[in-house]
Amino acid sequence: MYAQLVKSEGSKSREDMTPEEIAFQDRIDRNEKIEPKEWMPEGYRKTLIRQIGQHAHSEIVGQLPEGNWITRAPTLERKAILLAKVQDEAGHGLYLYCAAETLGVSRDELLEKLHSGNMKYSSIFNYPTLTWADMGAVGWLVDGAAIMNQVPLQRTSYGPYSRAMIRICKEESFHQRQGYDIMMKMCAGTPEQKAMAQDALNRFWYPALMMFGPSDKDSVHSAQSMAWKIKMNTNDELRQKFVDQTVPQAEYLGLTIPDPDLKWNEEKGGYDFSEPDWTEFFAVIAGNGPCNAERLGARVKAWEDGAWFRDGLMAHAAKADERARAARHAAE
Amino acid sequence: MSSEWPLWEIFIRGQHGLNHRHVGSLHAPDAEMAIRNARDVYTRRNEGVSIWVVKANDITASSPSEKGPLFDPSNSKVYRHPTFFDIPDEVGHM
Ligand SMILES: [Fe+2]
Ligand SMILES: [Fe+2]
Repeated sequence: MYAQLVKSEGSKSREDMTPEEIAFQDRIDRNEKIEPKEWMPEGYRKTLIRQIGQHAHSEIVGQLPEGNWITRAPTLERKAILLAKVQDEAGHGLYLYCAAETLGVSRDELLEKLHSGNMKYSSIFNYPTLTWADMGAVGWLVDGAAIMNQVPLQRTSYGPYSRAMIRICKEESFHQRQGYDIMMKMCAGTPEQKAMAQDALNRFWYPALMMFGPSDKDSVHSAQSMAWKIKMNTNDELRQKFVDQTVPQAEYLGLTIPDPDLKWNEEKGGYDFSEPDWTEFFAVIAGNGPCNAERLGARVKAWEDGAWFRDGLMAHAAKADERARAARHAAE
Repeated sequence: MSSEWPLWEIFIRGQHGLNHRHVGSLHAPDAEMAIRNARDVYTRRNEGVSIWVVKANDITASSPSEKGPLFDPSNSKVYRHPTFFDIPDEVGHM
């Protein structure tokens, strides 16, 4: 999931709620959508800004690991496909920034918070993409995990967020399929190519499991977010679903999930599997993953290097406005 | 200098002769760039045949707190719906 550790406001019991808060919760319970200018508790607004902002940042930073391979894609067709996929992620970031902005935060504020490290993006994008097979593993596993999280969020209570998620979900299955298609090609190739695919799975498996956030027993902010329907499932529920869906796909490829304890549990109707290393997860979130500095550095550089261009276009627009006003004036 | 690009609301007419529909918003320095950006952000998969862009600041919206006084008056006017009238079967389709 692209928003892994969103701090939510403490949950309130019904007796402690104001009449406005009760009416608000009732609307959510009736599955009514909350729209931008309507009354909402301050905590709902703040939590959503954090969550949607973190989600948007993840889409944008998430372009970097794949952008790394655009110039080195093995064929022109693969290159065009990867380019389209990465362009979609830019679009996802933009839909989500706009949704966050309806809550009264500006785009520049959001970017400033990303650049200063005050807002996070998903831990997954702090891992390097070392070989072409990683493009397969990212599409298959990373977009696969994102879909798991985003599909239920289409029903989230905040209208603009829900609509952004609906658009995003329409575009995501192309992402996952193009990744799996790369994996199928690699696995049907030479032993070396298949070994590359296995190596990519080995490196991305646990980071992908981390995308759903910490285990439910350590996930302190879930209750209020679930009551507000800005979180629809618990972290462990989604992680389990992801594993159950992915294991047969790995089997089809003839690849081995890097978990000796993975086994089907008939009783629960799902796989038992090993937890990722949560110490590593918290280290990556805190900024100490393999690529944190590089990713954030690339974002900050792009923002700073583009400043003269953004300003130039604004100056041009102001001048054109001025000229149009003068022309109207002369005609009167 | 750095000032944020203004926000534009984007409306797109889909393929099938429908009205322009609000699809979202984006930032752009001027209307021309807003249309170019809207093409890339909102019509990557043939979603449209025409784009309108409107500066978000130029939109006047009804206020959520006036929802009652604005819309309630039409609730009682059930005769505006054809099902209000009983037309005998012999009359045929009407
Ligand atoms: Fe995305
Ligand atoms: Fe994606």
